[in-house]
Amino acid sequence: MIEFKDVTKTFNTKQGAVHAVQDVNLKIEDGHIYGIVGYSGAGKSTLIRMLNGLETPTTGTVTIDDVEISALGGAKLREQRHKIGMIFQHFNLLWSRTVLQNIMFPLEIAGQSKAEAKKQAEHLADLVGLAGREQAYPSELSGGQKQRVGIARALANDPQILLSDEATSALDPQTTDEVLDLLLDINKKLHLTIVLITHEMHVIRKIADHVAVMESGKIVEQGPVLEVFKRPKQAVTKRFVNEEVTPSLTDTTAVVDQLLAKYPKGTIVQLTFHGDQAKLPIVSEMLKQYGGLDLNIIEGTIHQTQEGSIGTLYIQLTGEQAEIDGALAYLQKMRVETEVLNRE
Amino acid sequence: MNDQGLGSYFKFSNVDWGNMMTSTWETIWLTVVSMVVVAILGIALGLLLFETTDSHNPLVKLLNWLVALFVNVFRSIPFIILIVLLLPITQKLVGTIIGPRAALPSLIISAAPFYARMVELAFHELDHGVIEAAESMGATRWQIVRKVLLPESLPALVSGITVTTISLIGYTAMAGAIGAGGLGNLAYQDGFQSNNNAITLVATVIIVIIVFIFQFIGDIAVKHIDKRA
Repeated sequence: MIEFKDVTKTFNTKQGAVHAVQDVNLKIEDGHIYGIVGYSGAGKSTLIRMLNGLETPTTGTVTIDDVEISALGGAKLREQRHKIGMIFQHFNLLWSRTVLQNIMFPLEIAGQSKAEAKKQAEHLADLVGLAGREQAYPSELSGGQKQRVGIARALANDPQILLSDEATSALDPQTTDEVLDLLLDINKKLHLTIVLITHEMHVIRKIADHVAVMESGKIVEQGPVLEVFKRPKQAVTKRFVNEEVTPSLTDTTAVVDQLLAKYPKGTIVQLTFHGDQAKLPIVSEMLKQYGGLDLNIIEGTIHQTQEGSIGTLYIQLTGEQAEIDGALAYLQKMRVETEVLNRE
Repeated sequence: MNDQGLGSYFKFSNVDWGNMMTSTWETIWLTVVSMVVVAILGIALGLLLFETTDSHNPLVKLLNWLVALFVNVFRSIPFIILIVLLLPITQKLVGTIIGPRAALPSLIISAAPFYARMVELAFHELDHGVIEAAESMGATRWQIVRKVLLPESLPALVSGITVTTISLIGYTAMAGAIGAGGLGNLAYQDGFQSNNNAITLVATVIIVIIVFIFQFIGDIAVKHIDKRA
């Protein structure tokens, strides 16, 4: 288990003290995929680097399985680092080495024999889907393949924890999904704890089971991904969730304005579905019960997360006010979140 | 008195080819020996500069300042003055101030700081993320030097030593003029001072060829090592 306890990090710069991390308390259970999301400068990079001692907290403690990482130094810290793999946004491969030699690199550092290291590296190249490319140099690989080398290298010393520092931020959407699938696969196969930082909610939704949202050095919200998706409390979380659930929020607002102008009598409602509700024919049932209503779908999205589905639907209802009220009551009864978009 | 017209360049009958051969080997010997020492010393100094930059330890800061001062001072002294300046030291070190061996100290002291700066620059130009990755794996400082800094900057180190070696060849000729032997010595004494322009011309051509060969070897080596493209 990983635990951050009252962790603060202050950098003293010429412009004065910068509080990169403030009062962070966080527990990460073994085998979880824990996402830390935040915009750049939120302190997530500093936070993840405390897990392998690349940064040390100014106050507070960071412990992994009862070993206080933040108090280690020298040889003891280096020994701990062998057990923690890390992957990077820009891969950070050695261009002078082949794929195989890159994967062997951490094994050489840990003092393994060449023959052993080679055997292990070949196995890992196979695991991450790079069989046949062992003798290629990084410059001959695509971004996705480079990150696969990065992942294989991070796994070389059989770590218990894998740290991912914006590992997919330099990749295109399809490659991102491939790399995320690989991480998910590894998490299940090796029962590895993965701590990842990202500014993309998409990454969190796709692989994380828990999420912490960071802003200005503080964790403003944390919990299981679906919980945070369902009921974002903080403004920054809402921004992240909206970005994901309604990718074209501004478009939708424009459409809503247009519809409000076009159908002054209609009622426009935003429905939010969580988990199993997204699978039920709730809207169709509602129309059957309130047959006098006309329904116009403005926009809708449904996302699959690790813990279930989450969806948003904008609809316009026209008809008798009593029927509309009845329909809204029915939706509430079915535990669909409803929000009537009022005319300004 | 020999004829000093343009035709004098081509009186090859005046050239003592045996002497020319000996001088050529002296130049090559001087170049290669000083190159090897400059490479080792330059990398060591460059590494020292790189590793002591940005330290908060006052002692390390002082060391960095001293090394940088040494490098900057000796890089600034014109070579011909450096030779004269170092004469007593050369006498003490080599036991003589005449001949190829006597040219070595000044050649090395002038070229090593020059190369050290290039080495430091080559290390600074490496992607810091790669060094951080090695740190995250638990590499020691020495492992990072041996397995990251040196191999990853090798093309820059090799092209740097090529440039340095070519200026070293120029320096050997200058050193030759004041008695260090080699082609410079031959061109100056047997060519210029004896009014034998053919010797000067031949010595020049050979030096140009030597420069080309070193440049060629350097280019080939860099092309072979560099896997970035």
